Amino acid sequence: MKSVLDWLDHRTGVKQLVHEALFENVPGGARWRYVWGSTLVFCFAIQVITGLFLWLAYSPSSQTAWESVYYIQYEMWGGWFLRGLHHFTAQAMTVLLVIHLMQVVIDGAYKAPREVNFWSGVVLMLLTLALSLTGYLLPWDQKGYWATKVATNIAAITPVIGPSLQKIVVGGSDYGHHTITRFFALHAGIIPGAIIAFIVAHIYLFRRHGITAPKPKPKTGRPGRPDAAFWPEQVLRDAVACLAVLLVVLFLIFRYHGAELGSPADPSEQFSAARPEWYFLFLFELLKYFPGGTEVWGAIVIPTLLMAVLAAMPYIANWKLGHRFNLGFLWVMLAGVGVLTFLAMRADRSNPDYALAVHAAERDNKRVVELAQSPDGIPVSGAVTLLRNDAFTQGPKIFAKSCASCHRFDGHDALGGQPKDPQSAADLNGFASREWITGLFDPQRIVSLHYYGGTKLKGGKMVKFVQEDVAGFKEEEKALLQKAIVALSAEAQLKAQRTRDQADAALIETGTKALLGDKLGCMECHKFHDSGESSAPDLTGYGSKDWLTALLGNPGHDRFFGSRNDRMPAFGEEKQLSPQEISLVVDWLRGDWYEPAKVK
Amino acid sequence: MAHKDCPHCPPKPDRRNFLTKVAAIVIGGLTAVAVPLAGVFVLFDPLRRKSEAGEAVLVATLNALPEDGEPRKFPVLATRVDAWNRTPNVPVGAVYLQRLKDNSVRAFNVVCPHAGCFVDYRAKEKCYLCPCHNSRFGLDGKIVTKKSPSPRGLDDQAVEIRNGTEVWVTFQNYRAGVHNRIPV
Repeated sequence: MKSVLDWLDHRTGVKQLVHEALFENVPGGARWRYVWGSTLVFCFAIQVITGLFLWLAYSPSSQTAWESVYYIQYEMWGGWFLRGLHHFTAQAMTVLLVIHLMQVVIDGAYKAPREVNFWSGVVLMLLTLALSLTGYLLPWDQKGYWATKVATNIAAITPVIGPSLQKIVVGGSDYGHHTITRFFALHAGIIPGAIIAFIVAHIYLFRRHGITAPKPKPKTGRPGRPDAAFWPEQVLRDAVACLAVLLVVLFLIFRYHGAELGSPADPSEQFSAARPEWYFLFLFELLKYFPGGTEVWGAIVIPTLLMAVLAAMPYIANWKLGHRFNLGFLWVMLAGVGVLTFLAMRADRSNPDYALAVHAAERDNKRVVELAQSPDGIPVSGAVTLLRNDAFTQGPKIFAKSCASCHRFDGHDALGGQPKDPQSAADLNGFASREWITGLFDPQRIVSLHYYGGTKLKGGKMVKFVQEDVAGFKEEEKALLQKAIVALSAEAQLKAQRTRDQADAALIETGTKALLGDKLGCMECHKFHDSGESSAPDLTGYGSKDWLTALLGNPGHDRFFGSRNDRMPAFGEEKQLSPQEISLVVDWLRGDWYEPAKVK
Repeated sequence: MAHKDCPHCPPKPDRRNFLTKVAAIVIGGLTAVAVPLAGVFVLFDPLRRKSEAGEAVLVATLNALPEDGEPRKFPVLATRVDAWNRTPNVPVGAVYLQRLKDNSVRAFNVVCPHAGCFVDYRAKEKCYLCPCHNSRFGLDGKIVTKKSPSPRGLDDQAVEIRNGTEVWVTFQNYRAGVHNRIPV
């Protein structure tokens, strides 16, 4: 063994290298406060390793980026953990950078002759933040898309070169394939390459000048601690610190079940919950205070000046009170960042619209994964079409936009908000279900806002029938009505009632006869299959997809309300809604959308 | 001729080798520069890309717009060009449409001119509010607060009513963060 080592050493000088690495002098002996640089190298190593593994499965294009990250996160062995490790280590790295910077300034380790080393550290900090910014976009989810869009729009206000810079970074005039390929090249190639070069320089210079030893404390009279070699005392402390960082990261991975993946980026879909990563929130908040046209100050001039002061610290320290100024500057800057971050978080916490937006985003996030995991999987056109064609996702949005100015859904606009106009048409939650129709035959409830109370049908024949005839029904007629309701509801073929309808086949048959019979008198106004009058809505297929689609097409058609139609527009015929939108809102009202099989 | 006190050091270079130095720098420099230059063209290629001028597209019908002048948001469907992909009839953006008293229609691009988020319409306050940095705009699209982060009002879009009821919009995005409206 020894001869092999000797042979290798003779040809490479490896022994001396190892000796230099391990037996560097640590003035005053090993200390915990020297561990921060090592933890950062450790974090960077984790990012390189996890990043390369993620690379094995990542596909940079606007139709495949989200999809491949989804596949890593939900389908690949340990993918969620690998992503979590990459994500939370990035966060840890930002925190450690700040601590390392604080320690360097407090210890005065930036002073001559270590200026160049300090500057290389500042560059490393900026490069790391750039890694974080570029990485945020790569999953191509709504969160990353919109936050980064703001960031690149801000880059465009840089004087003179801004617009060109934006085009080069974005890869064109709008976001797309080349935005991802460029961000990926930056994130996985150019920036890490630069970081490696700067880390080599940083550590070389650090070794050249040695550790900044703490000043001896003359007042205590005790002799300072003796110097020691890097190995093993300091190596042990570094190892413990790295382990601690790893444990924190592991805790975060399990606490949050890995990194979040939002719903796929959609350039046409509102994302009011857009926020940058938490450590950029201070910049986000700062922009609120700069009136139009002056944000170049908040976004570029002030941060650049702060960085310039930071870079000038080694020279400022030459003045008598320079070091104290530097310390004060650092504390004020960090406090400012802290206050702005706090303000941004507080504003969001007390903003009900933001809470709604976050809630809606979480709903979409969960839903798109269900759809991606459905037997149909993700189409070639990308996962963004899954949500666009999903009744569960689009139904409430269409309802809120086109129906909720009159109707309600479970008391709200289907998205949880309250429209400006008071309710003036029926609440359609559970429309055509047995329970909904039963409520319609309640003499009190039919004239409530929940049913016809807000419409001109309030004074119509149906209300009269319910309040005069039905109210006086005897037990036998009441039982018959119940059966008729079950039969009518079965016409809708609601998914939620499928098993009940199947079990009640006999009941439905009797109910159908009751509907057609004379006792209840339905056929005096309504039409049902081949019988009855058509002065009121045709009950054939009541609440079914075909019936509702035709109703939305034109409620004033003779098949429905005819000339008695209140204010409901002919959404289909007047092209207020596209056929696809009508299909989506109808499916949603009928509770008909893909649901994953429940795992027992 | 070796150094006297440094047996391993190379001999001092000849002083009369100006041409060799120049040649070394030029040839070495050219070799080093040629390859990155090849990449520079690809790097700067996006500068010559321009988004295609928008054509008017049918966005909605007049009936879909409330008569009380409340704005409604509509997606704009057009052909989306993304590098090598050309996808017809997909959402390329969205507009707020508002019916005015004379049955003309006002259209705003939903993109906030500050930093590019989509603005929300707030029915209760009759204003548009950007959920990112709180820029506020009136129904006419103008800035309503003194210290609005947005440098200009909402970007209006050319509207044309065809066949009496069809609302056609010529969709256009503009550069964010500047006072003037510069198409992108």
